[in-house]
Amino acid sequence: MKKNLPALILVFILLIIWQMGAMGLDAAYILPSPVQILVRLWELRVPLFTVHLPATMGVTALGLAISIALGLFLAILMDLSTVARKALYPIIIASQTIPTTAIAPLFVLWFGYGIWSKVLVTILITFFPITITVFDGFKSTKREMEELLISYGAGKKDIFIKLKLPTALPSFFSAIKMAIPMSIIGAAIGEWLGAQSGLGYFSRRMMTQLDGAGVFAPIVLLSAVAMIIVAVISILEKICVKWRQEL
Amino acid sequence: MLEFQNVTFRYDDEPDNIIENLSFHVGHGEFVSLIGVSGCGKSTIFRLTNRLLTPDSGTILVDGAPLPCSPRRKRASGHAASTSLGSTGTPKQKSAAPLPQVGYMPQKDLLFAWRTVEKNLWLPMELRHLPKDEMRRRTDAVLNEAGLAQYKNKYPKDLSGGMRQRISFARTLLTDAKLMLLDEPFSALDSLTRMAMQEWLLTQWAHFHKTILFITHDVEEALFLSQKIFVVTKRPIRRLEVIDVPAGFPRSRNMLKQPEMIELKESLIDRLRKQVTIG
Repeated sequence: MKKNLPALILVFILLIIWQMGAMGLDAAYILPSPVQILVRLWELRVPLFTVHLPATMGVTALGLAISIALGLFLAILMDLSTVARKALYPIIIASQTIPTTAIAPLFVLWFGYGIWSKVLVTILITFFPITITVFDGFKSTKREMEELLISYGAGKKDIFIKLKLPTALPSFFSAIKMAIPMSIIGAAIGEWLGAQSGLGYFSRRMMTQLDGAGVFAPIVLLSAVAMIIVAVISILEKICVKWRQEL
Repeated sequence: MLEFQNVTFRYDDEPDNIIENLSFHVGHGEFVSLIGVSGCGKSTIFRLTNRLLTPDSGTILVDGAPLPCSPRRKRASGHAASTSLGSTGTPKQKSAAPLPQVGYMPQKDLLFAWRTVEKNLWLPMELRHLPKDEMRRRTDAVLNEAGLAQYKNKYPKDLSGGMRQRISFARTLLTDAKLMLLDEPFSALDSLTRMAMQEWLLTQWAHFHKTILFITHDVEEALFLSQKIFVVTKRPIRRLEVIDVPAGFPRSRNMLKQPEMIELKESLIDRLRKQVTIG
């Protein structure tokens, strides 16, 4: 907590400046003040927390789960097989040059307004950092350690389980922490483009009603949720990766 | 215990043989040091013995039996070379995995950071699929013998350099190999720790009755530790010059001060120094 104190003070100062600026401008539909946003968040708590937050979290969780499974699968495949690496690596990199927001409407066209178009946007944004980070984790295995295991009579499977997986575990956690905010962004973008519920959808609807504070309220909620989940994962990481010197 | 018969080896990315028609012999229970300047091919001899490399021709016998053929891997002299390890290499059977004939202790301790000291020591035994209670029993025995019992549940990050090397040595012991290859194990330690470790190693050697082949480029270390010194004089390695160390066991530092030891040391340093080319 102590080391975060300067950051907290800065955030507090910025919020005060924002508050004063918004009060001076006095146009809540353009720039609502932080206090107005919090008030609106409280007023809208029932639809936000009972309908839209669960909807967004559903998309995020599903997208994230599939991304993790896909990312791990690709990383392991590329680590085990040189052919797979040569075939997949360029494609995976290239997939990141696709402007997701631009082609997301296509997904709506293909998959309709249901949950899958949004999940697909989430996956497209999220699987990449997971794949690459975990793959790099496998690659960071020390060659000498591999040779040591071979001198003990280890086969490829032993090397993978006893050496590569533990080596990549910290990378895996980094990947998850990176992926959580991205998957939430992905879900929100998906909902923005076409949905009947979700925080992204809600934010957009408030915009058509020129309700500035109503646009901000779900965004504040999304950020808070992302921070909480990342914090939970960090705690989990500390439990699982306790051999590391510093975290 | 270890015998090279007319062994020749060349790295794929180099034009000349590094080892050519080399024969030598290490007897049972001996402590032999292998000295030579960096890059002379000492480590190649080790890598041939622990089957990370396969000779182009010739035979290597360990404990009277020729080394089984290991898969040919991509061989480049640089350590950064990428490895795509052949899965055909080691026998796949679950039970009764063969005893590694050679216990290899690398230059760096290479303790696995995510395993406690105890679990690090389990590694060679896990790969032979020994039952858990046996691993536990044997680990305790070795740790007690090596005076490291209190470190059993520590992680490597909490240990000093000398301590880590001792754990690494204990791990090599638990391979159950009769021949141990130690590759400059103390070169990264400060000189005082190093001296203590040398003495510790001699007591361990006397206790466990292993054959030790020890790489070093430190002449004094070789003289203090070993019965015989193999000197690598030039590339390609065609023969090893065998020098008997004129001192018995148990050793003490004072023995290094005897005139014939000093003379031997000076002549060895002199010869090795001539091979060092700077720049």
